[in-house]
Amino acid sequence: MRIALFVTCLVDGLVPAAGRATVELLERLGHEVVFPAEQTCCGQMHINTGYARSALGLVRRHVEVFEPCEAVVAPSGSCVGSVRHQHAMVARQAGDEKLAARAEAVAARTYELSELLVDVLGVEDVGASFPHRVTYHPTCHSLRLLRVGDRPLRLLRNVRGLELVELPGAEQCCGFGGTFAVKNAETSTAMLADKMRAVLDTRAEVCTAGDSSCLLHIGGGLSRLRTGVRTMHLAEILASREGS
Amino acid sequence: MTSTFLGLPVAVDTGHLHGDRPFPQAARAALANSQLRRNLGKATTTIREKRASVVAELPDWEQLRLAGAAIKDRTLAGLDRYLVQLEAAVTARGGQVHWARDGDEANRIVTSLVRAAGADEVVKVKSMATQEIGLNEALAAAGIAAWETDLAELIVQLGHDEPSHILVPAIHRNRAEIREIFLREMGSAGVPAPEGLTDEPRALAEAARRHLRRKFLTARVAVSGANFAVAETGTLAVFESEGNGRMCLTLPETLITVMGIEKLVPTWRDLEVFLQLLPRSSTGERMNPYTSMWTGVSPGDGPQQVHLVLLDNGRTATLADPNGRSALRCIRCSACLNVCPVYERTGGHAYGSVYSGPIGAVLSPQLTGIAHPASASLPYASSLCGACYDACPVRIDIPSMLVHLRTRVVESKRDSSRVPGPEQAVMGAAAWTMASPGRWARALRAGRLGRVLGRRRGRITSLPPPPSGWTASRDAPLPPTETCRDWGARTHGDRSPR
Repeated sequence: MRIALFVTCLVDGLVPAAGRATVELLERLGHEVVFPAEQTCCGQMHINTGYARSALGLVRRHVEVFEPCEAVVAPSGSCVGSVRHQHAMVARQAGDEKLAARAEAVAARTYELSELLVDVLGVEDVGASFPHRVTYHPTCHSLRLLRVGDRPLRLLRNVRGLELVELPGAEQCCGFGGTFAVKNAETSTAMLADKMRAVLDTRAEVCTAGDSSCLLHIGGGLSRLRTGVRTMHLAEILASREGS
Repeated sequence: MTSTFLGLPVAVDTGHLHGDRPFPQAARAALANSQLRRNLGKATTTIREKRASVVAELPDWEQLRLAGAAIKDRTLAGLDRYLVQLEAAVTARGGQVHWARDGDEANRIVTSLVRAAGADEVVKVKSMATQEIGLNEALAAAGIAAWETDLAELIVQLGHDEPSHILVPAIHRNRAEIREIFLREMGSAGVPAPEGLTDEPRALAEAARRHLRRKFLTARVAVSGANFAVAETGTLAVFESEGNGRMCLTLPETLITVMGIEKLVPTWRDLEVFLQLLPRSSTGERMNPYTSMWTGVSPGDGPQQVHLVLLDNGRTATLADPNGRSALRCIRCSACLNVCPVYERTGGHAYGSVYSGPIGAVLSPQLTGIAHPASASLPYASSLCGACYDACPVRIDIPSMLVHLRTRVVESKRDSSRVPGPEQAVMGAAAWTMASPGRWARALRAGRLGRVLGRRRGRITSLPPPPSGWTASRDAPLPPTETCRDWGARTHGDRSPR
């Protein structure tokens, strides 16, 4: 299958390993990955902070760039959530019904990584190997906007050598929330503290998730406290052949 | 008939719907209070689990939520007709209906009704509408004592405190604190707490019972809110757990009910849906212990003077906002508070409004407008995690409404100032950069320069404002030496689909 990578601005500029892993994983499974170089950002940060007007141009760009693609994948539940639940709304609020319809069509072919693997490509064992103790944090937008359910867990359970430990209070937000982490930094940190305690309670070496943004938040806290626990995007674990 | 367009209704700013400080500052004290954090964490976890287990019992829960939302939307779409129908039905059964455009007007109406009854004290059933308009303070200013009879409201009142939760207003207090308040304050308010009072729940409840019994038997006027009103019959309903409501609604000669205009349902049959949705969502019970309903005056039985004060106080302005009106579906169950990770850490006082938590963060600024900085800060008091939407029994899409209100805040700042603020400047620059793939790719490469900030440690531990909020508690990653798009171009060549 020919799959377009919507890398997301955050992964492109700050966490390229998650993007590289997505490409390597899909190529290993025998698919062709294309990268529309005209892509920039889906506009989620602008929309969620109240700058829907500034986001309109970004939404239009995103729709134009990905319109020719038969399937689009992003290593982010949050950005796919924005494409699926916000793009048409932003267009409609600006009175552009035509753009809204095009945005809906692109959204219908846009998948978060675990959705693409399990629902579209029909694979749960991606042939990965990662001999470590791992816990999984279901990020809010994957969980409640996209309803990815246990797809990421099904993928992780098929990774050779991986010991999956359940995260207590997994469905609680880590406190990231985009600009919330800066605008309400102290409340965000209070939420992060409880999330870190839960991660440490699992005695996992690695905390994984489907969103690099939440992982930057959790990982930034774990690093500040010198816990020695790493954060890795789900794609990085699924692309791994460590120890095989 | 000709009609005259009077303009869209505007928001009002009366009553207790915002504090004096923006949320981040107001939350600081609560975040630093370890006792409060423990009390809140324990209480919300308990209610959350109870709710989850009783909701799971109903196979048609999702259909009930859809029905609840649909009934409320139908009511709101015909609110003008249903309110007039309600007024006619209440009047036909011997009740009197009063219309109040805002909190001040409602307070004046209630004060004059109490005076006309010749009373200088009233007993109260727990009511959000009267908390919203500050009725107790208005009555006190007129020399009328208002006694709260709900146990938690009593604790708040005796403690000279503010409610911190829609349903359990003393959620921030534990039983040791309650014992102290009872011992210290009950005597000056009426029957004192017994000597040697312990902090056993049974002993505390018994002390409250003795204290309140005297109030019930002497009061000649009661003030209540209403959970629901039925337009076709003129019936008012109060759902409660302690029986104090039943006492207030039946013993005094005069009963005054203050109710927001959105609280009605068209028909008696519609109540059935909410009798299932409300108790399970609020207290996590299958059925609330006391459901009291009254229709006007029943001669020789119960209050012989029955008044209904219909309160607008910003509700028609909210109804006029297509993106905000679903906030008026709210049945004040507080399920959204109990699942909210922000509320769980900050408690209700940080919101500065009697409506706290996720629904408070949308409803309060919808009612008052966003002119006050405290109101304008509330839509940002959320990580948009979406737990509130999932828990809401009438499916209010709170996260989308928060985003809508944030847009209103940004637009109003843009309209009121020619010079963009720092956030506006950053957002504008980001949108400009991202509007061009060339500019964006160059900006990403320039980000590599940021590596200098963490050269020694391999991570960035301190940044200047505004991202200093991030590095106060979290390390920031070093920008990579190669962006993902540059890696792709290097290893794969041009893989553009066109």
